[in-house]
Amino acid sequence: MFVYMDHTATTPTDPGVLQAMMPYFNDKFGNPSSVYSFSKESRSAIEQARAQIAKAFNAEPSEIYFTSSGSESDNWALKGTLEKSIKLHKGDHLITSKIEHHAILNTAEYLEKYHGVKVTYLSVDSEGKIDLDELKNSITDKTALVSIMFANNEVGTIQPVKEIGNICRENNIIFHTDAVQAAAQLNIDVKALNIDMMSISGHKMYAPKGIGALYIRNGVRPENFLHGGAQERKRRASTENVAGIVGFGKAVEILKGRLNDDKAKISKWRDKIITGILEKIPHAKLNGTRGDERLPNNINFSFIGVEGETLLLDLDYKGISASTGSACSSESLDPSHVLLAMGLKHEQAHGSLRFTLGRLTTDEHVNYLLDVLPEIISRRRNMSPLWEDYLKSKGEL
Amino acid sequence: MALDYSKKVMDHFMNPRNVGELDNPDGVGEAGNPKCGDIMKIYLKVNDDTKIIEDVKFKTFGCASAIASSSMATELIKGKSIDQAWDLTNNAVAEALDGLPPIKMHCSVLAEEAIHTAINDYREKHGLEKIPMEIHEE
Ligand SMILES: Cc1ncc(COP(=O)(O)O)c(C=O)c1O
Repeated sequence: MFVYMDHTATTPTDPGVLQAMMPYFNDKFGNPSSVYSFSKESRSAIEQARAQIAKAFNAEPSEIYFTSSGSESDNWALKGTLEKSIKLHKGDHLITSKIEHHAILNTAEYLEKYHGVKVTYLSVDSEGKIDLDELKNSITDKTALVSIMFANNEVGTIQPVKEIGNICRENNIIFHTDAVQAAAQLNIDVKALNIDMMSISGHKMYAPKGIGALYIRNGVRPENFLHGGAQERKRRASTENVAGIVGFGKAVEILKGRLNDDKAKISKWRDKIITGILEKIPHAKLNGTRGDERLPNNINFSFIGVEGETLLLDLDYKGISASTGSACSSESLDPSHVLLAMGLKHEQAHGSLRFTLGRLTTDEHVNYLLDVLPEIISRRRNMSPLWEDYLKSKGEL
Repeated sequence: MALDYSKKVMDHFMNPRNVGELDNPDGVGEAGNPKCGDIMKIYLKVNDDTKIIEDVKFKTFGCASAIASSSMATELIKGKSIDQAWDLTNNAVAEALDGLPPIKMHCSVLAEEAIHTAINDYREKHGLEKIPMEIHEE
């Protein structure tokens, strides 16, 4: 059995999306910038995709800029805004949070190092939420940008985006949000939420990898990130990834059409898995929050006494693809910065597992996971000196 | 990042040998710390006359290569004298596993350290002088 429970890492391209893309690889291969009529098809296909995406988020088509990825969109928003602001002597201060994706964190670090930008990293509570008062108190007359992710990719916690948007608008500060995960799961209205810039990525939304977009509200003008030709109304150079853009537009349209149904179905599975794990596995700790403030598809647990990578391999052996933010699965040996920011001890953060559901999930998969996981955890715990120490400390041994 | 482990590593990870504890161990050693995500505990049963390690068990918290390294290391020292066991290097453990990914080499170091600590624990309890431990640079 192939049980894919890592929809946050990436999703398969929807067959309808693939079909919509196909003509743009060879039949309609024209360069959208060319003058002859043959290229008009590529041009209008891009504009149709732009309109599809704009509509899904209640933006104007002129506010959607295609990029190569969520990472590029994040880089553009941060670097473009801070470079411009510094040039205009309008401030060199960036506010973000400790639990952002590395596309934000490493960009902020770059800006500190190469542009002297001052960065405030807001802390989060044990559920992964920022504190609005800390945000308000961090704002100075030098603050050029607030960038807070809409929802976290590891623990699924959704931030109070509307309140953040209001605070930024009141203080006349640009608000960027990394919605790479949220846009795939939630209804987002950029106008109602006072969002100035928003990053999204195709491959989290059943479009291919390597296509993304940055929403930039009309009137907001970050410096360009990719310099060159006049594409994307002179704001993002490089010959357009026409097929990718067409696929992205189609994928967002399909996703929006089924979002409410998917959300209801998937969050029910999510809650069944959470309840099931808490019932069947002793000393399992749910990371993040419950209910509507958690992404409908996210489940993240720490299992004290065991290390995440061993669990991933055991699950893989059983045909289940899952993920961990823990040490051994990544190049670095540090545990998840998100879980540490939420106050978990290192050994808890090392023992975390993430399951993310989506269109490939079935009832059968959910039941299968709940069948095999308790046995995997208990077998590895029995090999662990830490588990023994933990039980002793709880007086259970 | 997907880690490509050798078949031997996967075998020792999926079916670790010598897992568990000994009731009245003659020597116990521990290495690593939970903060780094690895901790290894080794139990020895040593024949007082021959100084042969007659039984060995381990418990490990850590990734697949930590578990596989513990399993392989215990196999390699079982039936050996404590002096022979002392000479088992981390590289020998890694080689016996057909190699470890570079960022996982510290797991084999951990196995060597846990064995050394256990042997020294035995030596100390049996009136033998402790052998100075080599400090590994990771
Ligand atoms: C929150 C968040 N931001 C940004 C990214 C990066 O997106 P991409 O893979 O399109 O560069 C991801 C993907 O993992 C993400 O989860």
